[in-house]
Amino acid sequence: MAAKKKRIDTWAPWMALSAMIAIWQLVCTAFDISDFIFPGPWAIAQSLFQYWGPIQGHALQTFWTTMAGFSIGIAVGLLLGFLIGSSRFMYNALYPLMIGFNAIPKAAFVPILVVWFGVGTLPAILTAFLICFFPIVVNVATGLATLEPELEDVLRALGASRLDVLRKVGLPRSLPYFFASLKVSITLAFVGTVLSETVASNNGIGYLMMSAGSQMRMPLVFAGLIVISAMAMVMYELFAVLERRTTGWATRGMDTQF
Amino acid sequence: MANPFVDFSSVTLAYDEASGNAIEDVTLSLHEKEFIAIVGPSGCGKSTFMKLASGLRSPTSGTLLAEGRKISGPLKIVGMAFQNATLLPWRTTLDNVLLPLEIVQPYRANYKRDREQYRQRGMDLLKTVGLQGYEDKFPWQLSGGMQQRASICRALVHEPKLLLLDEPFASLDAFTREELWCVLRDLWAMKQFTVVLVTHELREAVFLADTVYVMSARPGRIMVKRDVDLARPRDIEVTYTDHFIRIVHELHAHIGRIRKP
Repeated sequence: MAAKKKRIDTWAPWMALSAMIAIWQLVCTAFDISDFIFPGPWAIAQSLFQYWGPIQGHALQTFWTTMAGFSIGIAVGLLLGFLIGSSRFMYNALYPLMIGFNAIPKAAFVPILVVWFGVGTLPAILTAFLICFFPIVVNVATGLATLEPELEDVLRALGASRLDVLRKVGLPRSLPYFFASLKVSITLAFVGTVLSETVASNNGIGYLMMSAGSQMRMPLVFAGLIVISAMAMVMYELFAVLERRTTGWATRGMDTQF
Repeated sequence: MANPFVDFSSVTLAYDEASGNAIEDVTLSLHEKEFIAIVGPSGCGKSTFMKLASGLRSPTSGTLLAEGRKISGPLKIVGMAFQNATLLPWRTTLDNVLLPLEIVQPYRANYKRDREQYRQRGMDLLKTVGLQGYEDKFPWQLSGGMQQRASICRALVHEPKLLLLDEPFASLDAFTREELWCVLRDLWAMKQFTVVLVTHELREAVFLADTVYVMSARPGRIMVKRDVDLARPRDIEVTYTDHFIRIVHELHAHIGRIRKP
């Protein structure tokens, strides 16, 4: 009985997806909605198949650009998070600035980046980085700042230096927060890349969607959308698995699926 | 009488100007191998006392000597355990117990070389408190009482001369508490370190300690010093004898007087 239930649980999202696609197609066919406005799944699938070559090329471009921006985001996020979380002074000094910075819609950055770096891949990488590093900073800082004072006392009474405490306790303790932030961050990075590609690139899914849209090829636009969505989901799931593997102790064997 | 091991002389500590003195004019001598308990109402400065004794804080005024020398920083001869076991959840029980050895010199310097020895020491300690077989379990797989036992092992693994316990059994049920009293009593008898036990539980203080100090409400002062003249080794049964109950009653009255405004 339990095995049957588990199988139902695994199939549930697929069933929901199939149901959604079926209803979508039904609505489009029944109301005879034009492909220019709201293409049905069949039209999108055809488009995906027809233009698979170029779509693949653009998808890879978007993927690698995002990975590059994401990697910079991780590096900077870890560094800043460590700095802010480990020192009261740094926290007070930098945190308000970070929040202010994060409040700026990153779309506003793209024209500036284009002026500085020209059109193409570089502004896309940088936009991805600028959007995605903040959650990492916050989570790492939080992980470090929530160190119990008693534990710190126990170690300090033994003669541990501040760095000792951070290394032995602070950092391992922050890992669950860090991995949780990676899941959020990667999806943000995709947003950043596509944003930049839409307005300032001749490559990538963002450009593809913009270009197809201007030619009124809506099925292709939606195809691009689905490709991005698929990529982001795969990456999200990858980091979710990584999180479960390395920080199982934090959730104590509970099943966190989000 | 042997020279005092830790010597408080009119020690006062104020955390900052605004909040006033946390403890005031505390004079107290701790001798080696002694077991003392400090009881008092909440907020009377017991934890402050612990911070001073371990060298985590310096007194605002007064002198504090350890082994005849002024305390200038954290004493490495100290082991501490608190009400929360605070074991690191990503380490096994044994690794948690060994943590101090990764920090305190000279164990730290020789860690790679003497690893096996240290592991054996950790396992022996765990065995003494009845946690044999749980070395590779993670803290969340242990009950509260077991976590506290592991926490006490961690406090003792580096062979400290002074053990500071801040209400370590407060979050445990009555039976587990009595069990751990006996564990502590036996450990102390075997290893002969000095213990300062801070607690709310009067029976605990009188059962375990040689001397019980009663602190007043903030700013904490030592109001009463009561020597516990019960013979050792003490069995749990002694807690039901008249003599024991009389001592507890006496202390209870003292604290009652302090709590009334």
